[in-house]
Amino acid sequence: MEPRISPAQGWSRGRRSWWYHASFYTQTWRGSAASTILFPFLYLTSLGVGVGHLVQRHTGLVQGQTYLHYIAPSLLATTAMTMGESESLWPVLASVKWLKTYHAAVATPLSPVDVLVGKLSWVTTKTFATSVIYTVAISLFGATRSWWALTLPFIGALVALAFSAPLVAYAAGAESDASFTTIYRFAFIPMFLFSATFFPIASYPRVLRPLVQLFPLYHGVALARAAAFGQGSLPAISVHLAVLVAMVLVGLWWGRRTMTRRLVD
Amino acid sequence: MALAYQATRGCRALWLDSAVPEKNNSSLARTKGTPTSVPPILEAHQLTKRFGDFDAVKGIDLSIDRGESFGFLGPNGAGKTSTMRMISAVSRPSSGTLRIFGLDPTTSGPEIRARLGVVPQEDTLELELSVRKNLEMFARYFDLPRRVARERASELLAFAQLSEREHDKVDNLSGGMKRRLTIARALINRPDLLILDEPTTGLDPQARHLLWERLYRLKRDGVTLIITTHYMDEAEQLCDRLVVMDHGTIVAEGAPRALIERHSTREVLELRFSVDDHAQFDNLFSDVAERVEVLPDRILLYVDHGDAALQKVHDLGLTPTSALVRRSSLEDVFLRLTGRTLVE
Repeated sequence: MEPRISPAQGWSRGRRSWWYHASFYTQTWRGSAASTILFPFLYLTSLGVGVGHLVQRHTGLVQGQTYLHYIAPSLLATTAMTMGESESLWPVLASVKWLKTYHAAVATPLSPVDVLVGKLSWVTTKTFATSVIYTVAISLFGATRSWWALTLPFIGALVALAFSAPLVAYAAGAESDASFTTIYRFAFIPMFLFSATFFPIASYPRVLRPLVQLFPLYHGVALARAAAFGQGSLPAISVHLAVLVAMVLVGLWWGRRTMTRRLVD
Repeated sequence: MALAYQATRGCRALWLDSAVPEKNNSSLARTKGTPTSVPPILEAHQLTKRFGDFDAVKGIDLSIDRGESFGFLGPNGAGKTSTMRMISAVSRPSSGTLRIFGLDPTTSGPEIRARLGVVPQEDTLELELSVRKNLEMFARYFDLPRRVARERASELLAFAQLSEREHDKVDNLSGGMKRRLTIARALINRPDLLILDEPTTGLDPQARHLLWERLYRLKRDGVTLIITTHYMDEAEQLCDRLVVMDHGTIVAEGAPRALIERHSTREVLELRFSVDDHAQFDNLFSDVAERVEVLPDRILLYVDHGDAALQKVHDLGLTPTSALVRRSSLEDVFLRLTGRTLVE
């Protein structure tokens, strides 16, 4: 039901939806904010320092880094993925089906696309802010070696958006949350564990390596690691970026369809 | 609230304020056909909504004037909600023309929606947030400055009798309170047209009467109301004019009283006999009443004078176990037009 609009109108309405999502968060953040700040330190301490101590004793350095430094950037990327995912499945189904608050939103000057843009830009903002905290945390542990580390918050935001966009699209078209747990168990948990997150791709059997490279998170982790250490080849980085950007674009295209069908058709 | 509401409505641009006499004017309760220079607030010709092969709305014509309270009655599946979604400038008509405030919703959706208030069938509130936050955050969708949002929220909380509960979580409110909050939320942008889809379904009588009183107040303040309802008493209370929809078409249109006069008799005589099946009385009363309806548990005689008809029944040598004379209601019209078959 939307005519072509000017960029200024689109910006104004997307901003209103962003603001709505942001103020919803500020009204309900208390439980989650403390854990957002604490988690990086807890993870780095238990995995980086604890498990790292064992790794150090048995294998020494991992790709020229201590184990703590090796996993620090991947924790940033996996946290971004988890945040993108947790904001996108159940909350979106609640908004389109259970509480129908998105239906209320499209009864105002906003269109389904404005709601989608507001939602995704809020997820991006939130993971950017969290990634800033992560970047500071891993820097305090000495895990950043390059000025490129300043791009880590952007990488975190991109990773979150790359997961959030298709998942929002999927949830907006879903009839129930039955499939969500399956997605979580069979897509996210394996991806979390096997995206060269906790051990290098070289330690996987040769036949499995291409499979690992199919995981989108693998590209997020590789990108974060390249930024933290200031290492990486341009072609490799381009591929990682292209995969994540492609997921965002597919998610936007798909989300526009499912949100429109769900809310206004 | 009423005063504040009117004061700021004055700033509305476009043709409405310049052309319309002030509110609280009896001429606002116009019926269709009254000559007027003011264009209707809503106009539809051959409005159709199709979902695949299914025609939910089959080419209806509507014209609703400013200040009017207009009702949509109809059984489930009659096409009421599809119509409401189109006239809320949310869902796109499959064919036909629709003008709201003189604008085409396919090209001016956001402008139209900025001037509408919509109360959907379900409350669609943020249950986790406070009563006040629900209003203030919704105000931002209309780009109202924060200060204005706060002021209007206070006014509307008083209007909805929720000021005492403003800091409570919505989840903890009763059904009636949630409904009033949803209506208050729909008023946050001071709409010219308020669209209510089954506003009192599921509420207890006290809550319904309070809501009616609030809606009546809005009507008095000059807000145009469009209401769907299953409750005939609600339609009679609130609507100046209404349409009955069935199977996607409009089957009757008019003021509640006029519809009763046109489609029913002045009175109805309800008879019960101590038999298992009243079907045996079929054809017996054709001389007594204009129309006879034999139901499993009772017989309805549509007549102009119930007491005289009852006398005739006694004259036939019949003695019903109970006999009730009542005035014809909108419900009689509704059931006559849409049938007694259960729609599910």
